[in-house]
Amino acid sequence: MYIIIIGGGKVGYYLAKSLLYTDNEVLVIEKDAKKCATIAEELGSIVLQGDGCDPRVLREAGMARADVVVAVTGGDEVNLVACQIAKRYFNVPRTVARINNPKNEGIFKRLGIDATVSSTDAILAQIEQQLPGYALVHLLSLRGAGVEFLEIKITEGSPALGKPLKDLGIPQDVLLPLVLRAGKSIIPYGGTVLEPGDEVIAVTSPQSVGTLRSLLIG
Amino acid sequence: MRVVILGCGRVGSGLAEKLAAEGHQVTVIEQDREAFRRLSPDFPGVQVVGLGIDEDVLRRAGIEQADAFVAAAPDDNMNIMAAQVAKEIFGVPRVIARVFDPQRQEIYQSLGLETISSTALAVEFMYKALLTRGRG
Repeated sequence: MYIIIIGGGKVGYYLAKSLLYTDNEVLVIEKDAKKCATIAEELGSIVLQGDGCDPRVLREAGMARADVVVAVTGGDEVNLVACQIAKRYFNVPRTVARINNPKNEGIFKRLGIDATVSSTDAILAQIEQQLPGYALVHLLSLRGAGVEFLEIKITEGSPALGKPLKDLGIPQDVLLPLVLRAGKSIIPYGGTVLEPGDEVIAVTSPQSVGTLRSLLIG
Repeated sequence: MRVVILGCGRVGSGLAEKLAAEGHQVTVIEQDREAFRRLSPDFPGVQVVGLGIDEDVLRRAGIEQADAFVAAAPDDNMNIMAAQVAKEIFGVPRVIARVFDPQRQEIYQSLGLETISSTALAVEFMYKALLTRGRG
């Protein structure tokens, strides 16, 4: 595969380095001459100096035969435009954009970008999992399917204690496939009663996250 | 008409003053607070400090009720993104983006985004001025 990386900062550099270990052809496009020199020195002549949103530079880079374009600059607007020009003008089959503002995920999707990676979201998820104060942790979201996987910690103050699951009024589009209790996993059913310390895994539509939060966390 | 203008540079502020003088409701978004000095002290419009590609900032500027959006920030990519967000996400009826790079302008124009390249216009005007008045 021919992979073009737009942006030779830290993310672009390590991405190129990792991809070089695989059997792919890699090219980094970077504006800054100094960064280009560093990449060329350490990774070889896989770098082109220029503006990754400039059609002339992209033509020179052989964009038309690229299989994947990954835009990882620090500017969301740069990553969007680079991917759009790659996709719509050069017909590149797959475009991936790094986003800094997590809210741009939906926007990028609507504007035709195939996939986005949010470093802010990834770090936030890590922090949430480490902090005991967070009772609700987003484990995974399947973007295309509109499904969220959550982990919910049941505390002493939970309004769900003492009642079987079937009586809690859990929305139709929520599934509770697993409860972790004292290191053991339980497959819950309608009659299961939650206890403090339980960790509930939930599969839900994004719309029902709020309802679920108030039912199980309070 | 309710107009949101991104960028309070010479073009953004000039357009804002002109529209406001004609009685239109104008909101100007600008990242650099200092740039609002370009507006006259009695400018009747609204000033919003923030990044024009941030949907929260656009909402604060009243993009949801806007009849028109003009992206005139000093950065092509910023204008292209903000204009697409205004058009595709918020459904603003009339959207115009200023794009310096004539090539990028042509690409986005062909993709259905209304764009104006001040570079291409300047080239055109200078060319005409040279050929019509330059001899003598």
